[in-house]
This record gives sequence, structure tokens and C-alpha cells, in this order.
Amino acid sequence: MSESHELETIEIQLLLEGMFRYYGFDFRNYALASLKRRIWNTIRSERLTTVSALQEKVLHNPAYLDRLLLDISVNVTAMFRDPSFYISFRNKVVPLLRTYPFIRIWHAGCSTGEEVYSMAILLQEEGLYDRCRIYATDMNELVLKTAKTGIFPLKQMQEYTQLYHQAGGNKAFSEYYTAAYENAIFRSSLKDNIVFAHHNLATDNSFNEFNVILCRNVMIYFNSHLQERVHKLFYESLGMFGVLGLGHQESLTFTPYEKYYEPIESSEKIYRRVK
Amino acid sequence: MRKSTEELNKKNFEIVVVGTSLGGLEALTLLLADLPQSFPLPVVIVQHRHKSSHNRLTYFLQKQSSLPITEARDKEEILPGRVYLAPADYHLLIESPSDEEFSLYENDFTEWGSVAVESIHNSKSPIPNRGTPKFALSTEAPVCYARPSIDVLFESAADAFGEKVIGIILTGANSDGTKGLAKIKAEGGLTFVEEPASALCPAMPASAIANVEVDWILPLSKIAPCLVNLLRIKD
Repeated sequence: MSESHELETIEIQLLLEGMFRYYGFDFRNYALASLKRRIWNTIRSERLTTVSALQEKVLHNPAYLDRLLLDISVNVTAMFRDPSFYISFRNKVVPLLRTYPFIRIWHAGCSTGEEVYSMAILLQEEGLYDRCRIYATDMNELVLKTAKTGIFPLKQMQEYTQLYHQAGGNKAFSEYYTAAYENAIFRSSLKDNIVFAHHNLATDNSFNEFNVILCRNVMIYFNSHLQERVHKLFYESLGMFGVLGLGHQESLTFTPYEKYYEPIESSEKIYRRVK
Repeated sequence: MRKSTEELNKKNFEIVVVGTSLGGLEALTLLLADLPQSFPLPVVIVQHRHKSSHNRLTYFLQKQSSLPITEARDKEEILPGRVYLAPADYHLLIESPSDEEFSLYENDFTEWGSVAVESIHNSKSPIPNRGTPKFALSTEAPVCYARPSIDVLFESAADAFGEKVIGIILTGANSDGTKGLAKIKAEGGLTFVEEPASALCPAMPASAIANVEVDWILPLSKIAPCLVNLLRIKD
């Protein structure tokens, strides 16, 4: 490792250590390659030149922390993202859920909520929503605030409408929202059974037992140690025969928890706890 | 400036990264067909493609290559003699093994965590194959309108492997890869660009050449033989 790399690594570790010890946000076990990229994006947008300079700002001024948190947590999402996942969920998971009198769903790392509202729409269409409670959690208060509003930019509705239909939806997607100025305000009934709450997968523990846990494209940002922690947390939070849904490029394959699950739809990374 | 073959041989290159967009399928087919089964390094490829395109690309390229080709998976170990493709709609990055070691070491004497935190930071739990670089995927916003982005792969490769990277830019329609190739060059790695005149779409090679002091500018058919020669591979 060259000297400048070594120094950069030390500076980043100090920043992460400082954020954890002072504010309690633990990024120390995030996958470093992409985290580093996001930290440098922040450094450049704040017109700073070193990680140490950013550390000084963040530790002395909580406003910087909020900005950094927003920058280094990845909040790229969309309604009905990966439509094939929703089709599989309708066809393979919904029939299982029909057998339950009450359904608890944990959507971990929900970001600004687009995928949570998508699931609420799907469950409403399948006549299951009244029996459901969706716990939508994220570590970032700012994105949760957006998620709670259920208001998304109108200009994205064309794309979302397309994805909704690809995901097996057969209503007019515009039934679900009211357009107001630049925004689409989603039907408030979709929110009736959603609880938005703060939860950090890196530091917090389980808070209930669930029938379904969805955590898509979140764990790719963690290193293998943190992935293992989260898989343990999910395993312990799922009831027997509970369903775990991961992102397209995520899997249980490299984890010690693989043996406790069996695939419901392996191409969509939907699993069921069997042990 | 071109380095002498003698000097290059001392470097012990560890990875080849390749970036291409428009026209890449044909170019990759030719490049991979010319790499022998005994090729000693991992080859990691970003080919721009539609986000819903599936495994057909892997299947198609495999028919032309004697090296095993797969889509890179998150946290998968990177092994020599294999060809990895960035999956559609994800950035592909390389995690340096030293980074994970550092964070582990740091956590060994952390005392303020909760019980749950301690349990994953348990230094006694064995770490499988410490020291092997791994892939990491990301769904961050597109870079240069592309996801996967060549810049993202190349920059993380330069970060993880320093001067032990060989970066190759082939045919393509935009300027993705230029920044990444510059970083590889700055770290002391070796840079190849397909000769724009022979490229199906010259924009991407031309952008790289205009902005980076590239080591080798070669027609497509000469790139693989040059690599084989540099790495002194006996078939």
C-alpha cells in the first residue's frame, strides 16, 4: 500500500470511529470501496480537500453530520423497482400469507419509502392489506420524513406506472395518487397500516417477530461481518416459515444462515425460513 | 511514456479491468477468444447494457472463450484465470483485502459496543480467506449515465491494487472510463486503449487518449497477444 493510501485509510477509519463514538452512527463495517467513493463525493461538494477536514466539520457541527449521513447512505430507490420481484411475491408469497390471520412485515432500510408504498398497493390489490402491519425502518431520519409524507415527484409517475404494470398491476396507476403541482400525493389509506420508525441495522436489535422481512439492496453496502450480523438479526426476527426477500444480486449463499432457509423463488432471492 | 518490457515484468500484475460500451460485444468476443486457458490474472469487465438484460451476455461470450465467465456476485472472491462481468444495473467495485483487515483490527479492542455489536466483532471468529480481494456491488446513481460504470470499477481497482492493475478501454460511445483509466495511470498501473480508427465506435477510446497518457494504443486484434507477451504466458 502506498503512503498516501495508508494515510487515507487511517483518516477514514478515524472519521468513522469519531462518528460512532460521538454520534452513535456505526459505518465501521460498511463495504469500504463504495463508502470511500461517497465520502470523497461529500468532501468535494463541501469544497474540502481531505478526509480529516471533513472529520473536523462533522464532529464540531451536527449540520454536517446530517448532510454526510444523507450522502453516504445510498438512497436510490423507485416504486416497483425490479418488477419481476413483485410478480413472484404476488404468485408465490401472497398465497402463503393468505393462510395467516395477521401479517407482520418488516421493510428494513426503506429509504424514502417508494418500495414500501409499492408493497402496500400490492397487498391492497390482493385484499390482504387490512390484515397487515408494515414496519418500515431506516437509520436516516431525513429519508424517513420523506417516506412518511407519501409524496413523490410527479415527473417519475410515468416510469412508475410502467413498472407497476410490469409488476402485475392491472389498475390505472393514477388511481393511487392525486397530482398537485409537481407532486404525486399517494392515497392516505396506503399509509394506514405502515409504521415508519428509526432502526439502524448496524447497531440495533430485533423488535418483533415477523412473517415477512424485506431488505433489498441494503446489505451490499456492508462488509461480510456486518452482513453476518444482519442475517443473524433477520433469522432471529423471522417466525418459522417466515419469508425473506433480498435484492436481485444478494443471496444467502456466502452466509452461515443459508442452511436455515429454502428458496421460494431463487431467481428473485425470495427465501423461506424452514429451521 | 512506454515502459520497457523488462521493467513491466517486475510488477507482478494482479488484475485486468476492461471497459466498453457500444460495439463491446464484438470487441469482447475477439479479446476473450485470444486469451489462453492459462491466463494468470482475473479479468473484470464492465460492458454498458440495458438494465433488464440478463445472462445472455455471459452465455454468448462463454461460447468464444476458454476461460470461465460469470457475472460477479457481491462479496465473491476474485480468482485468477476467471472472467467476471458486471451485472446489469449495478456498479461493480473491488474491495481491497487490507481494508477489511484494518477494520477488524480496529474493532478488536473496541469496548463500548452493545452486546450485539461485540458478537460480530468477536476477534476469535475465523475470517475465511483473509487477504483475497472481493467484489462489492452498488446501486448508487449512474455515473456518466451508466450503471455499471467503467470509472467506478477502474477507480476502485486502482485503489485496491495500485500499480498492479492493467486497464483496457475498448470501443464505446461516451467518455465513461476516462477518469478511471487516469486513476490507474496515476497509481502506476498499465493502460491500454483500442486504436480509435479500428474501433466500431471511437468516442470512448478517443476520450481516454485525449485525457490520459496511455501506455499502449493498439488495434483490437493486438491487445490480447500483447498482454500474453507481457505476462510471458506459455500455452
